[in-house]
Amino acid sequence: MIEQPKYKTSDEVDFVIIGSGAAGGILAKELSTNGFRAVVLEQGPYLTEADYTHNEIKVLGEDLLTNHPKLQPTTFRKTPQDKAKQQRALVYGRSVGGTSVHFTANFWRFHEIDFIERGKVGAIPGANLVDWPIRYADLEPYYTKVEWEIGVSGLAGASPFDPPRSKPYPMPPLPVKSSGVLFERAARQLGWHPFPAPMAILSQPRPGRSACMNCGFCLGFGCEVGAKSSSLVAAIRVAERTGRCEIRPDSYVHCIETDARGRAIGAAYFDKDKNIHLQKAKAVIVCANGAETPRLLLMSANAQFPNGLANNSSGVVGKNLMLNSAAISMGVFEHPLNDYKGFAVSRILHDFYELDAQKVGFYGGGGLDGRFDATPIGFALNSLPPDTPKWGSAFKKTLAENFTRTMEVFSHGTSLPREENSFSLDPELKDAWGLPALRMTYKDHPDDLKLAKWLNDRALDLLEAAGATKKWSYPITEQEFAVHLLGTCRMGNDPKTSVIDTDHRTHDVKNLFLCDGSSFITSGRGQPTMTIEALAFRAADRITALAKSGEISA
Amino acid sequence: MINELSRRRFLSQACINVSAAWVSAHWPEMVSAATHAHEAMQSGAVYKFEFFTPAEATEIDALSARIIPTDDTPGAREAGVLYFIDRALVTFANGDQQTYRDGLVELQSAVREKFPGVEKFSAATPAQQDELLRAMEPTQDEKAPRRRRVNTAQTFLEALRVQTIAGFLIDPEAGLGNRGGVGWKLIGREPEHSFPPPFGYYDKDYPGWQPAPKMADKE
Repeated sequence: MIEQPKYKTSDEVDFVIIGSGAAGGILAKELSTNGFRAVVLEQGPYLTEADYTHNEIKVLGEDLLTNHPKLQPTTFRKTPQDKAKQQRALVYGRSVGGTSVHFTANFWRFHEIDFIERGKVGAIPGANLVDWPIRYADLEPYYTKVEWEIGVSGLAGASPFDPPRSKPYPMPPLPVKSSGVLFERAARQLGWHPFPAPMAILSQPRPGRSACMNCGFCLGFGCEVGAKSSSLVAAIRVAERTGRCEIRPDSYVHCIETDARGRAIGAAYFDKDKNIHLQKAKAVIVCANGAETPRLLLMSANAQFPNGLANNSSGVVGKNLMLNSAAISMGVFEHPLNDYKGFAVSRILHDFYELDAQKVGFYGGGGLDGRFDATPIGFALNSLPPDTPKWGSAFKKTLAENFTRTMEVFSHGTSLPREENSFSLDPELKDAWGLPALRMTYKDHPDDLKLAKWLNDRALDLLEAAGATKKWSYPITEQEFAVHLLGTCRMGNDPKTSVIDTDHRTHDVKNLFLCDGSSFITSGRGQPTMTIEALAFRAADRITALAKSGEISA
Repeated sequence: MINELSRRRFLSQACINVSAAWVSAHWPEMVSAATHAHEAMQSGAVYKFEFFTPAEATEIDALSARIIPTDDTPGAREAGVLYFIDRALVTFANGDQQTYRDGLVELQSAVREKFPGVEKFSAATPAQQDELLRAMEPTQDEKAPRRRRVNTAQTFLEALRVQTIAGFLIDPEAGLGNRGGVGWKLIGREPEHSFPPPFGYYDKDYPGWQPAPKMADKE
């Protein structure tokens, strides 16, 4: 850990940033670099490369890097009419760096269509689809900034479907895996256009960070050599070096306090010993993710904001949740792929990014990736063909044969926003701090399920063309578990239908900003982190301009 | 030990770009974990179980040996799964203690009921043992969980299955199971934590990225 300033909670710093993940880390870096004093409150511990391990029990079984289902139980229901029942509804990163520590690192830009889809396809029954108030061209410079500043490997111009870009990637793609070669050959045979996956993983070293060593413990794990471009290694360390940014771990914010004028004065949080503090700040930026950001606003309700902070004008805080539709098919091959070596994904394709609704009969689009992301225990428990016996010599034989010979084709697609799909406060269940538990309400739009099925059929076509000796899919069912947490405090120009404006400032509280997956208006095609970070870089510019002009304190 | 060496190699490669502070911070922990596994394996002394009675240990050993049997390759027994489960039940899996205690009692009655004269599971023949395990299986197949999580199990058989697999396949450097790396050897997972390409059969002759043939029919 780099030596940091230690602010007193009574010091009114320029910004308190809640959450240190993909968005919070970037904002901390940008704002402290721009001369502001910032405190980052992270609910999880400060873990670094020295704490990461390949022990699957510790990392996956005991949630070393993720939210704890026992400390932070959640509930789920399909519709607002149902009573929610307790079940694990979501996973997100809970250590400094947030989910960017353990994610797959697929790093796709949104395309132009993601910002203007409603205008193009019109209203869709049962969905609350609207266009973004900004366009791809507004974000393009920030996508480029993300790629160069945090380190993204890829090959510009390799996909005919890519949106325009102002600069190539800063480094070449990662090496191809056997899954990538099989994917590429089969896709070309089918007339599609596979290309090297853009990944937020270094193919070349950077100061203090190694290039990827292909250790094989990637998705779900923290990177011991700093090759994965988490916000911890790529942004927070830069913020710390400015001498103006304090990262305060084990700080679980439960309320944003406001004054009589309805302005935020700081964030109240529990420290490690459950003592409550109030960190004062001139402005508050919430980057707690698409579940915890709306939860915090709803928990901050008071006499002036009876429906939750920043929720007076629109009432949509927590609503319009999107998870991205997804499907997975597995293929087993004659020879060893040894795909356990390395990162997860080396080839993807975007031929189906924008499907013709007239032709296919539903709205949506997506991408496919060829990958292997299982670690040994998880593979044995979850990745064998469904007709494999659960134990005994036949189980052992299949396990022995399949581990090196399996790959998967993952379909990622759009989710339509529906107002009923939401994160809200459970009226009964409490977490270990006595705070209302998160309640998820979610039912996929029928088109999302049709899309998942359609994309998965293409995945099976691909595995067939690749020569898989056996292939199978996980059942496509209504989603009850969230990984991507999008759309719950949507951006917009109209305070009646959106929570934040294009500067990420809440319509209702002038010194309160929100930036993370909750800011999204559409879901994109399944890889949100790149856009979260581009939005964060852009928000930092907007917030800096507002602060310098005296607009925030006015 | 091979894994210690490979880990060192991994580190020395990583160190090209990573601070020495990381290595010195990490090294004692890694050495102690590896040493623990090594000692447990080499020790000639009678193992002192932390959770199981010796009689229970015999039963668990026989049970896990039917989940991953020893045939022409090592199974759960050679991987030291029994010791892994014993430790698991007093540490990270302590929530499963009652499941094991109750499960063993029920198993005992099932053995006597089904095979009069057979005193316990470990005394039954392999065929009888398999029959007993089949009787413990849930009647309807639960859906395969999608998340790659090491789940907390609901039934004795499922707990035993999950922990046997975990003890067989955990990174041997955790010092908890997968003794001698036999689990990884079986599935073809090389012990290193750093691999240069090419990785497998299909990428070894890859000619390098070639731009796609001109697009004729962009949808």
